[in-house]
Amino acid sequence: MFRYKTVTPLVAAAGLAFSGAAQAGGTVEVLHWWTSGGEARAVGELKNSFEAEGGTWIDSPIAGGGGDAAMTALRARVVAGNPPAAVQLKGPGIQEWAEQGALADVEDVAAAEGWDAVLPPVLAGIMKYQGEYVAAPVNIHRVDWMWANPEVLAKAGIGTMPTTWEEFNAAADALLAAGITPLAHGGQPWQDATIFENVVLGVGGADFFRAALVDLDQDALNSPTMVAAFDQLRRMRGYVDPNFSGRDWNLATAMVMNGEAAFQIMGDWAKGEFLAAGKVPGQDFLCAPTPGNGFVLNSDSFTFFKVSGEDNIAGQKLLASLIMSPGFQETFNLAKGSIPARTDVALDAFDACAQRSHEDLLKATEANALVPSMAHEMAISRSVRGEFLDLVTEFFNSDMSSETAAERLAAAVKRAM
Amino acid sequence: MLTAMARAIERRLPLIVVSPLFAVSLFFVYGFIAWTIWISFTKSGVMPVYDFHGLAQYERLWATPRWYVALKNLFVFSGLFIAISMALGIFLAILLDQRIRIEGAIRTIYLYPMALSFIVTGTVWKWILNPGLGIEKVMRDWGFSDFTFDWLVNPDFAIYTIVIAGVWQSSGYAMALFLAGLRSVDDEVIKAAAIDGAGPWRVYTGIVLPALRPVFLSVVIILAHLAIKSFDLVVALTGGGPGFATDMPATFMYAFAFQRSELGVAAASAVMMLATVCAIIVPYLYSELRGARR
Repeated sequence: MFRYKTVTPLVAAAGLAFSGAAQAGGTVEVLHWWTSGGEARAVGELKNSFEAEGGTWIDSPIAGGGGDAAMTALRARVVAGNPPAAVQLKGPGIQEWAEQGALADVEDVAAAEGWDAVLPPVLAGIMKYQGEYVAAPVNIHRVDWMWANPEVLAKAGIGTMPTTWEEFNAAADALLAAGITPLAHGGQPWQDATIFENVVLGVGGADFFRAALVDLDQDALNSPTMVAAFDQLRRMRGYVDPNFSGRDWNLATAMVMNGEAAFQIMGDWAKGEFLAAGKVPGQDFLCAPTPGNGFVLNSDSFTFFKVSGEDNIAGQKLLASLIMSPGFQETFNLAKGSIPARTDVALDAFDACAQRSHEDLLKATEANALVPSMAHEMAISRSVRGEFLDLVTEFFNSDMSSETAAERLAAAVKRAM
Repeated sequence: MLTAMARAIERRLPLIVVSPLFAVSLFFVYGFIAWTIWISFTKSGVMPVYDFHGLAQYERLWATPRWYVALKNLFVFSGLFIAISMALGIFLAILLDQRIRIEGAIRTIYLYPMALSFIVTGTVWKWILNPGLGIEKVMRDWGFSDFTFDWLVNPDFAIYTIVIAGVWQSSGYAMALFLAGLRSVDDEVIKAAAIDGAGPWRVYTGIVLPALRPVFLSVVIILAHLAIKSFDLVVALTGGGPGFATDMPATFMYAFAFQRSELGVAAASAVMMLATVCAIIVPYLYSELRGARR
């Protein structure tokens, strides 16, 4: 805190000297839960860039519970009338806080820099409240990735990555026959839901995905297509090793890396594990989108809360501008393993999987097949998402029939809305 | 005059000293209980709101399948946990009561698990029971290749692993309470019974155990409140899984309040837990207070 006090007069003076200019520095307190490995390094990049522009960065990392602890802290801060300037907050959570009247817009920065032109419209919509930007995305993660170990695939005579669920099932059966675990998976609700939403996209297509998992249409939720998706999920339960319950996702990734399992279905943060182990994409491991010709979007963003004081507001605007600058988007995402949220950043420095992700993103935007992730809190509120996770997990861990699952899913969603 | 005042102060000194503590606990315990009850009647989601919304959150709660799983687990867990801990506790206490050597050392050993936190107990048992690391793997490595003990990852049996860990932790404590009770039974009565030709079984079932009635009551109360508030053990041992098969009301409430931004439903479930505790404690207090008056 004392650092803040000593710098304030300087910054205020700078603010007077360059009044109106966004490069006037400022102070920003950032609440986030990126505390481990590549994530901490990535947020360090943001801090360095911010300080290079002459701002003061107050770091408020709150570890634990995948952000639950940070959300509890945020709630207390907002109730006390002292919110941080920027919070790592994503998806419909942004709208929830906006409805509480807690957010500040950065529309002037966004309009001046033309954010609308460089962000995929689906993502831009999530960042806005009543047409004004209240958050800035730092990256795009693709959720519908399938990772594989080519050596293990070769043992079962599989040459190419499956492009339909039928091919996937055939490959998995061949692997089972060869005594290899086809699918590395961790039995945690969000991981179950990750597979589920990728299956829904593959079985039903992007329009069905949107109707069921984004618009929560009752007819789509309790439909034959949904039953078919559950049937596929039931099949995949058989491709998982018996000891999967409660396993963390990175341990499942390690199983693919070590040749104990063939495939993993997981977002591109899994790539970070492969790269950290010195594996080369296309050679030591393969990446391919899960069947479905779509793109399931996950994106981390910083949301701006109402702060008072010239200095804090200047810092907030500087941060917004910085997050969306092409240079930062490149360095940050090289560290985090995702791809830039801006679609106009060249990906020459990125690996093959990231380049594929970028191409598919553009294609999916064109074909209207870009959908926000349900499992990763991009599509629906935490309460409805919780109902999805409960049901999918119960289905995955029991012998519930697909018809019952679809019926109960529709009922659960109705209850939570 | 002055001495009269001094005497008055002296007489009220305990009250004066205790009152700040009383006020604090009044606010932080009963104040927040009242707040939680109020929140359970509102539409609170991510942030608390204070407009009365009727019983909607309770309707929602009682329509949620996961809540029934949590309740069923609570009954299965508390029933088995209390029964087995008490049975083991009294059995061990009777054995220890036979005036054996190094009783002090043995008593300490049995009491030691109580000194661990439930987080430690849960983590240790998680490793012991994990099919890939613990008992199952050891038995298979020893050549029993068909040996299966996968309760921890089996949704139908996972709740019993929590019973195992809970019993391991708490039966020593039950033993200590029973042992103290056994020691307070009048020796003369037992000797008289022996002279009358009663065997040890008859002595225990006919004289000693009935004399331990108040101890039974205390043990049940203590174990029951451990069972109802069980949270850390579940979190450390199974994390509520597989799926939400080992959810308890306390973990349910945590999930809804902090992971799902549904303060209203969470508050409603907390009130239901409070009601359960009251249902156990109030009759107990009533009988205790009535006994004191008599």
